[in-house]
Order: sequence, then C-alpha cells, then structure tokens
Amino acid sequence: MTAQTPLLRVENIVKHLGGHRILDDVSLNVPKGRLKVLIGPSGAGKSTFLQCVNFLLPPDEGKIFLEGREINGASKKELLGLRQHVGMIFQDFNLFDHLTALENVRIALIKVKRMQKREATERAMDELQRVGLVDKAGLYPAQLSGGQKQRVSVARALAMDPKLLLLDEPTSALDPELIGEVLAVIRELAKAGMTMIMATHQISFSASLADEFVFMEQGRIVERGAPSELLGKGRASRTQAFCAKLNELTGENAE
Amino acid sequence: MNEFFDFIMARVVPALNTGLWVSVQIIVPAALLGVAIGVTAGTLRVYGAKPLAKAMNFYVSLFRGTPLVVQLYFWYFALPYISIGGFNIVLSPMMASIVAFALCSGAYQSEYIRGGLLSIKKGQLTAAQALGFTPVRSVVSIVLPQAFRRALPGCGNEIIYLIKYSSLASIITVNELTGVGRGIAKATWKNTEVFMVVGVYYLILVTVASFILKQLENRLCIPGFDSNRSS
Amino acid sequence: MDGITLALTASWEALPYILGGVWWTLALIICAMGLGFVMGVPLAVTHVYANGFFRRLVGLYVWLFRGIPILVQLYLFYFGILAWLGSFSLLAPLNLDSAFSAAVIVLGLTSAAYQSQIFRGAIQSLPQGQLKAARALGMTDTQAIVSIILPQALRLAIPAWSNEYSILLKDSALAFVIGVLEVMSRTRSVAATTHQPLPLSILAGLIFFALTWVGIKALKKLEDKVRIAGYSQQGSL
Repeated sequence: MTAQTPLLRVENIVKHLGGHRILDDVSLNVPKGRLKVLIGPSGAGKSTFLQCVNFLLPPDEGKIFLEGREINGASKKELLGLRQHVGMIFQDFNLFDHLTALENVRIALIKVKRMQKREATERAMDELQRVGLVDKAGLYPAQLSGGQKQRVSVARALAMDPKLLLLDEPTSALDPELIGEVLAVIRELAKAGMTMIMATHQISFSASLADEFVFMEQGRIVERGAPSELLGKGRASRTQAFCAKLNELTGENAE
Repeated sequence: MNEFFDFIMARVVPALNTGLWVSVQIIVPAALLGVAIGVTAGTLRVYGAKPLAKAMNFYVSLFRGTPLVVQLYFWYFALPYISIGGFNIVLSPMMASIVAFALCSGAYQSEYIRGGLLSIKKGQLTAAQALGFTPVRSVVSIVLPQAFRRALPGCGNEIIYLIKYSSLASIITVNELTGVGRGIAKATWKNTEVFMVVGVYYLILVTVASFILKQLENRLCIPGFDSNRSS
Repeated sequence: MDGITLALTASWEALPYILGGVWWTLALIICAMGLGFVMGVPLAVTHVYANGFFRRLVGLYVWLFRGIPILVQLYLFYFGILAWLGSFSLLAPLNLDSAFSAAVIVLGLTSAAYQSQIFRGAIQSLPQGQLKAARALGMTDTQAIVSIILPQALRLAIPAWSNEYSILLKDSALAFVIGVLEVMSRTRSVAATTHQPLPLSILAGLIFFALTWVGIKALKKLEDKVRIAGYSQQGSL
C-alpha cells in the first residue's frame, strides 16, 4: 500500500433490493484519517451503501477495495476477517440485549479474536472508559439510556481495532437531549484520526469535522464537496436546499 | 409390493372408511359443543358475576390440568358408580367420548374466547351502551362478534387437537379410526403397515380441517381488523 | 363398611403403588422434553435460516408429527417400527423395543415438532439488527446464532415451553396403552381389581393436576432467574 492508496475505494457499485435500484453507480474514496459525511433524504441509499461497504449486503455490481485489496473476490473466511477491520454503528444501536454493556464490548474479542477472557475484559473496560461508561459496565441494554447504548456500541466497535468506522445515522434514534454525548464521542474519534464514513442529519455538527460532504438522492451521489463549499453563502447547492428543509423541521442551525 | 397394496386396498381401507365415519360422528358434535361451551364459559369468565366467573375458572383449570384420558376414563368407567337419588348415569362409549371431548375442548376454547374478549377495547362496550343496548345485548351483538374473530385461529387449532385426540375413544372400545386400525393390526400382525395408513387418514383429516378453518377465517375477515392481536 | 369408607380405604391402600408411577411419568416427560429440545432447536434454526429444500424438509417433519395422533404413533412405533428395528442384533443394546423407549421416542419426536415451532417464533421475534450487528463484528453465522440469537430466543421461549410441559405431561398418560407403568396405567390396574374407578380416577386426576402445577411453578422460577434486567417489556412474544 502506497501513501496515495486510499484506505477505502468504492467503484461504481450498484445494488438492487426487492426489485428497486437502491444504489446506482456510487463511487467513493476515503483516505486514511478522514471523515466523509453522507447526507440526503431518507431512502436515498445511505444505509444500504454503508452495509455494502462491509459486505453485510453484497453489491450487485462494482468493486470495493480495502487497503488496496478487493473485497468482492474474498472468500467467506477472508470476508469475516475483513469485517473485523470495519466497525459499524447502527441507528438503533443493535446492542445484544442479553448481554451487559461489558459483555457486549467483550464478546467479539472472545469469540472472533479468540482473546483470553481476562485480556478481553481489560480491553473492553478501556473502551468503556474511552466513551465514559465504566460505571455502567454491569448494566444490561434495557437499563441504559439511548445515548449510553450508542456509546456502548461505539466502544464495541472500537474494541475490534477497526481501520474504518461506518456510522449509520448514529443519533437519529435518540432524544434531542441525548444527542450531544454521542456527538462528543464522535468528535473525539475524528480528532484522534479515526477514518470514518457517517450518514447523518447533524449537518452543522459534521460541517466542522468532515472533510467532504456527499449528498445522495435516489441511490446516486448528486453533489459532493467540502462543507464550506456546499454550505457557503450565495451558493444554490442541493445540499443547502436540503439543509434549509431540515432546519424548517428541526430548527437546527446549519450555518 | 403388490401384495402389500392388495392388503391395504382390500382389507384396511374399507374397514378404516367405516371407522372414519364413526370418528366424524364423534368429532363434529364434540367440536360444536366444545365451541358452544367455550363461548359461554369464556364470556362468563370475563363478564359474568363473580361467583359464576370463579366457577368457570375452576372448571377450566380442572379440565386443562388433567389428562384427557383420565377424564374419559372418569366419564365412562367411574360415572356409573355415582348414584344420584338411587339413579345412576351410564353413558354409552360413544356418548362418553362426546361428553369427555366436548367438556375438555370447551375448557381450552374458553381460553381463546377470553383472550379475544380481553383484546377488544373498552370503548366498544361503552359506545354500544351509549346507543341504548342493554349490557347483555352489547356483549352479544358488539363485543363477541369481534372477539370471536380474534379467537378464531386459536379455536381452529383446538379443533385440530380435538380431531387427533378423538383417537382416544378407541381406549373405551369405540370402533373409530384408531380402534378399527388396532383391530386389523391385531388380527393380521401388520402393525407398521396398518398404523401408517391410519396415520395418513388423520393427516388428511387434519389437513382438510385446517384448510376449511382457514377459509372460514378468510371469509369472516374484516378489512383492517387485525385477526392477530396486535396489542 | 359403607361405600364411601370402602372407596377411601381402597384409594389409601393403592396410594403408594400409584404414586410410584409418578417416577415413570416424570422420567417419561424429562426424557421426551429433552429429546424434543435437542431436536427442536436445530429444527427451528434450520427452519429460519436454511434454504428452501431443508426448510421444506423441516416443514414436512412438523406436518407429519403434528398431524398424527400420539396414540396412533404409540401403536405404530411400539408394535411396528421399533419392534422391527429391535430385531436387529446391532441395535439390541439400545433397547429400542422396550415400552419406555417407544413412549419417549414418540413423545419426544412429537414434542420436537412443537418445540421447533416455539423456538422458530422466538427467533423470528428478535430484531433483525441482532444478527446484523454480530456479522458486522466479524462473527460467523454459527457463532452469531449460538452466542447471540439462541440465548435470547430460548429465554423468550420459556412461557411457551412451560405450556409444552403441561401438554407433554398429559400426553404421557397415554403411554399406558403400551404398558409403561406410569400413573394412569397403575390407576387402571388397581381400579380393575378393586372395582373402585371413581375415587381412583379422581386420585389420578389430582396427581396429574399437582404435577402440572408444580412444573409450571418451577418453570416460572426458571424464567425469573434467567430474566435479563429490564428486558421483559420488549421481550414478550
């Protein structure tokens, strides 16, 4: 891998689901240490795109390269290995409901990475520390608030040492007053140089961190560019129109 | 193979057909009675006066808590020993079977009816009474028709059970499907062959009954009214 | 002696013998439920996750064993299939042709059909995201099913499972037709010699009633014990 090779390269992927063309010729390069933000109306294909990237949904056409290695051709076993390098954060957390916060973070370390239980526990506690939830380690998902659940799920993903983190609307299912704590964790990750792709409606928050906004609509990328460029005054971009609509609904300030 | 086929067609099938007829004569009245008992008991458990509801609860837990074969045994062998004013009730094997199956089935049916009734919103009853229905009328005309639709999948299932458990009548000497099968098997020592055919008869009975019940469910279906409880 | 004293004496004298049948009844249900569980879980997993052919195979199995009455199966297996299998010297050590084995096999195979449907419902009631999240962490499907799906599904299945217990308990009384010396069988033989079917059938009913009650209470305890804190609201089937 040379310095110029992007960590992730997605070339012209197409995905059909239930007879609909959900992704239509989508390409994206993500260099190491960058944050790409996917925006656009719901149903634009952002979530499908993220799931294609780690092959939870294999794309119908197109190619995906992680560190220059093509994923399409990977065997089932290699695919499992590759997935360990790509962490995923879901909109509705998907914490394992029968496991405590600690066990949620630990289980893949033990089952997938085959770590010793003690080592895995230490590692898991470190990650819980990072998201500020050490004192909640023994609680079950149903005993945590939405924001805490999402922080546990970030810790769960980070424990696997991912090279790339995919965040699928990480704050959409949260009550407004809980969004801040999750965004704070994401900000820390971005500052620490984690490579990420995030689908979100938190435009103003991500504008300060993202190196590129990618605007999707009906399965296509219709606009892309630096946040300042797309949101700049006097520019009639699709992104700006979309943000104006969001503002109307939520009162969020995109400026 | 041919010999096997001849045996089945010449001896087993004709005999089983007569047995099938006897089975039907047990199943149909027992199922109808069971539903009637279930609707009555289920309704009383929800809307009946306290002592009546309690009595029905007791009936249901008693009949659901003991094996059907014990109940059958009671109605056929033990009941004649009870004398009421010097008068003893002796049931024929057929009658004992129908009584036992109907009472047991009714207990289970009442569970589904009760569940269906409880799933109907209180407002339905209030609205009916606001229109001037008497309490009894509003339960019978407004709540029960809705509750019955909700209960139908469960009640149908119970009828399927009843079809299978009707085989127990053979234990008290009724010559229905299983009884006839047992007779042929004993006489010919071809247990595997005979009971496989008996099994096929029940599979057909059960499958046809499920189909009919499904049709009934579809016919009674009200657009937008979820027959599976959504709550 | 008047009738009632006679009846009570007969019941009292028969009590130890009939209660001895409780062990056979319990052994029958425990073995049959175990067999049903061991078969029902993989059947359910196959039904949910396997492709068309294997799924249909499970469907066929369930249709067969749910459609044929226990009584007919007892005759079919005990006098037919198992008697035939038992005639092979190779299988002799398994003792398949004993009445007890036949009853366990019939009750177990039937229970497997019902249990598979219980577990299938429980697995399907779990949110889709659980499997997805496990895969995203790099787990194989087998790991995800064993460590994530089943621990949750089995907990959810306990109420339906306790219902299955009470059904199996009542069905086990049918084993008397092939001569297993359980409660019903002993009741019948005592009643036949003493001519006291009335008190004895009531006694048998009471014993089964008590066994149902105790079993359901025990399973309720188990349910409470394995309950995940705060989980019950969302976890109802």
